[in-house]
Amino acid sequence: MESYYGRPIIKEPVWQPEIPVYFFTGGLGGASSVLSLVARVSGNEVLARRSIYIGAAADAVSPLLLISDLGRPERFLNMLRVFKVTSPMSVGSWILAVSSAGSSGAAFLNAIGRLRRVGDVARTVSAVSGAPLAVYTATLISDTAIPVWHEARRELPFLFGSSAAASAGAAAAIAVPAREAAPARRLAIGGALVESAVMLAMKRRLGLLGEPYDRDEAGRSAKVAKACSLGGATLLALAGRKGRLASSAGGALILAGELALRWSVFKAGFQSARDPKYTVLAQRERAIRRGAGARSDLLARP
Amino acid sequence: MSALAEPADGVGTYGDEARERVGFFTDTSVCIGCKACEVACKEWNLVPEDGLVWTGESYDNTSALGANTWRHVAFVEQNEPARVDGEGQVDALRWLMSSDVCKHCTHAACLDVCPTGSLIRTEFGTVVVQEDICNGCGYCVPACPFGVLDRRHLPRHSGDPPAEILGLQLGKKEDGRVWKCTLCYDRLKGGHEPACAKACPTDSIQFGPLDELRERADGRLEKLQAESWNGARLYGRDPDDGVGGFGAFFLLLDEPEVYGLPPDPVVTTRDLPSMWRTAAIAVGALAVGVVAAFVGGSD
Repeated sequence: MESYYGRPIIKEPVWQPEIPVYFFTGGLGGASSVLSLVARVSGNEVLARRSIYIGAAADAVSPLLLISDLGRPERFLNMLRVFKVTSPMSVGSWILAVSSAGSSGAAFLNAIGRLRRVGDVARTVSAVSGAPLAVYTATLISDTAIPVWHEARRELPFLFGSSAAASAGAAAAIAVPAREAAPARRLAIGGALVESAVMLAMKRRLGLLGEPYDRDEAGRSAKVAKACSLGGATLLALAGRKGRLASSAGGALILAGELALRWSVFKAGFQSARDPKYTVLAQRERAIRRGAGARSDLLARP
Repeated sequence: MSALAEPADGVGTYGDEARERVGFFTDTSVCIGCKACEVACKEWNLVPEDGLVWTGESYDNTSALGANTWRHVAFVEQNEPARVDGEGQVDALRWLMSSDVCKHCTHAACLDVCPTGSLIRTEFGTVVVQEDICNGCGYCVPACPFGVLDRRHLPRHSGDPPAEILGLQLGKKEDGRVWKCTLCYDRLKGGHEPACAKACPTDSIQFGPLDELRERADGRLEKLQAESWNGARLYGRDPDDGVGGFGAFFLLLDEPEVYGLPPDPVVTTRDLPSMWRTAAIAVGALAVGVVAAFVGGSD
């Protein structure tokens, strides 16, 4: 394949480490709000309370991470200047604003023990916007020219969703006494398992474009992610109900694994942008699939 | 094209103020690599210096488009004949030169994904960043299928210490916004052609109403093919391509990737309706998953 002095065709993202950390905290916050609401409905008050605290904390950190990454942080409010359905970042900013207001409101009312009804409404708002919060970041990165993100658009939302579920379950398994944490443990274990399966299926379908996920920093990080999340899930499954120590260790391992997973996906995007091979081959393949003849000005050979 | 993508003319919202869509036709077969376009662009638009390095890559020390490079002349040295009619082609060397620029796509990914509304379609059908709105979120940078946009890393004011030093101190005291070709929006408003086209000595860069340019390009291609030029083709002329046709299109003499251009660019928002559907299903799956975790009770 020919290229222009091996230089990249597209730009690498300018996003800093705050962004993958936000993918993690946004997922944790969003899924924790959902967990809290379901726990409240099912009558598990300890899990409901602690989960909304976790959700509120994660939702409070998230905007700070995003603002810190902006080239012009003082203009962060411009994010809410318009609402554009063509921009997952615009949609996501609104989702985060709503979910964050809901979870912090619910957590505050829970903490002072007043206005229970209002608190329930706030919790519902945070849960209803929390699930999209946990998933939209996948749509955001899929809507770019980065080959390993755009071509993975069918799997990434499920990868991020299951990773968020695992994070929320793991954090709750740490924060809630083992006796009341059974649903959290199941969520953490289930999330970790689904996530591993989705990752496997995604890489298999991507073929050549799956390569960057296994290479260099992304590959190393993916290995750490897999070892931590599956190790943590095993620990939770075997010893999670016995006591706080095993449950906390398992939860911490899964949290570390989920953070590493976000880092791996983030880095894979950079790696695929850097090498023109992925851009060109993915596009040539796409053109051939579509039936190249029709596109004479782009593809015709002399 | 999806319902999410903007209408093809893109200037509908301007009403009576909408103008004829204009653009560039860059005919690389007559480019002589003088870089007058690069210089004129920098001068007119006050684009800052973008590094003084020797790359060793033919005569190209600019390397790529970016926040501080809005015209970039590519140089490709090839052991290929200039023509394919069997005359004087043994061991021939040909030197391809091409002045790259923002494509001002009919369906522009940068514009679609911009969360602040900073990127707009002008009344001329071009795509422009409003620098007083851009908050440097960086989404347009990986969204552009051509790698045109980038964030500017320079001190905000000429008296400020260099960005690297401030980067350590305060993190974000640099310009921090994204910049790209405006197709000389200010000159267009004044009825002038863009600076690069004005400065081009061989008319390799031609400015005008897009329809006219397309006609002219078709004629030029026909002529070059009749003269057996090796590899002549139009790039980005077709209004049915993945970005709805370029506002700034090209006549190339080899595959696009040889010049550092993508062979089949698409506006990824084209797939956004199906991506939102997938996301909605994943949201549902997450909710079901959480509920399922409570099956079997809380202990």
